[in-house]
Amino acid sequence: MSREILNARRLLCPLPVIRTQDKVKGMQPGDQLEVIGTDPGVMQDIPAWCRINGHKVLETQAHDGEYMIVLEVGG
Amino acid sequence: MSKQRKAVALISGGLDSMLAAKTVMEQGVHVEGINFFTGFCVEGHTHAIRAKDKAKPKRNNSLWVAEQLGIKLHIVDVIEEYKDVLINPKHGYGANMNPCLDCKIFMVNKAKQWIAENGYDFIITGEVIGQRPMSQRKETMPIIARESGADDLLLRPLCAKNLPATLPEREGWVDRAKLFDFSGRSRKPQMGLAASFGFNEYAQPAGGCCFLTDASYSAKLVDLWQARDNNKQYDLDDIMLLKVGRHIRPRPSFKMIVAREEGEGRFLQGYKKEFITMNCTSHSGPLVLIDGSPSAEDLYLAAGITARYGQGRDAEQVDVALTGKDGAERSIQVKPLLADELPEEWFI
Repeated sequence: MSREILNARRLLCPLPVIRTQDKVKGMQPGDQLEVIGTDPGVMQDIPAWCRINGHKVLETQAHDGEYMIVLEVGG
Repeated sequence: MSKQRKAVALISGGLDSMLAAKTVMEQGVHVEGINFFTGFCVEGHTHAIRAKDKAKPKRNNSLWVAEQLGIKLHIVDVIEEYKDVLINPKHGYGANMNPCLDCKIFMVNKAKQWIAENGYDFIITGEVIGQRPMSQRKETMPIIARESGADDLLLRPLCAKNLPATLPEREGWVDRAKLFDFSGRSRKPQMGLAASFGFNEYAQPAGGCCFLTDASYSAKLVDLWQARDNNKQYDLDDIMLLKVGRHIRPRPSFKMIVAREEGEGRFLQGYKKEFITMNCTSHSGPLVLIDGSPSAEDLYLAAGITARYGQGRDAEQVDVALTGKDGAERSIQVKPLLADELPEEWFI
């Protein structure tokens, strides 16, 4: 299992979702991806994208204008 | 047992594509969604920027629709490829800078490529004859099918009965009798169908889901091109910035982007290394980006305008900080311009 970080700062939705989608394509089930963005829309869009595509959100955090979501790649 | 057929549905986030996908899913076809991000999509961006919209839900409607339908959604970045559609539309523009017909042809063509690469059988769109004045007319339906290369792999479930049978219908992958014959601008048939599917909530974007249909946005885009000697190339930051702030062009040599509120100011802060910026220091006021090649005289004028939009607009003198792209800062003392010193034609 690996853990990677995706810097999606300054990107506006849906670009963080697109970058997440593209990153996850190259990862294995069980791998974790930490997405960091500045568009508050990521807190809604990335979990929605995970739900419809079978990935699991492990953690979300909002701090000082930054938003962090950790997801686990589904099978 | 017959093979389960697979279709990809173009999902905009609006009601029609949602209903079209659901209609085909109801017939046992495996459906996944596809959504193309051109850079001009209304979804999300302005909500993310403007502080006054912070209380509104920031959901992406295409993702929301996919979740309601229980299907996967593939969001595809077509920003680069879309430039040619916008700059050289074979079928021209609509009322503004919207190349709707070329755009639809482009997207269906991309979906055609996608089904070929992913082993899918056909394409679904939520088009309805007569729904939109440029791209959804009886005459344009065959043009889209033909010029996209999708031909009879393109099924429009909401108006299929008004059109020749497509391959999915002829082959019995879907039952034509269970498709629809909607036409015209009325939304009643769609609302009735939504109710029958149990959809009580759906997005109804006024004026579509694309900034290019907006007169004000289009004027800013044309101004951007004209200011660059009609070089129509653009990058994502160019088109994002057209969505933000008050755009003022006092001289051909420069344009000002004035933040209208706190959220826009924060967004524009991210561009301080790419633009000369101004802000009042003796009074509170907005952040202003200066685009172009302003002369010293232009900068003095821009400072007067910047001061006009700050709390010191009625003061005799306002201090304005001018920061270069390299971060070097200097101060200019100006008298704020009066309201009648800002001609309307300066506003884009």
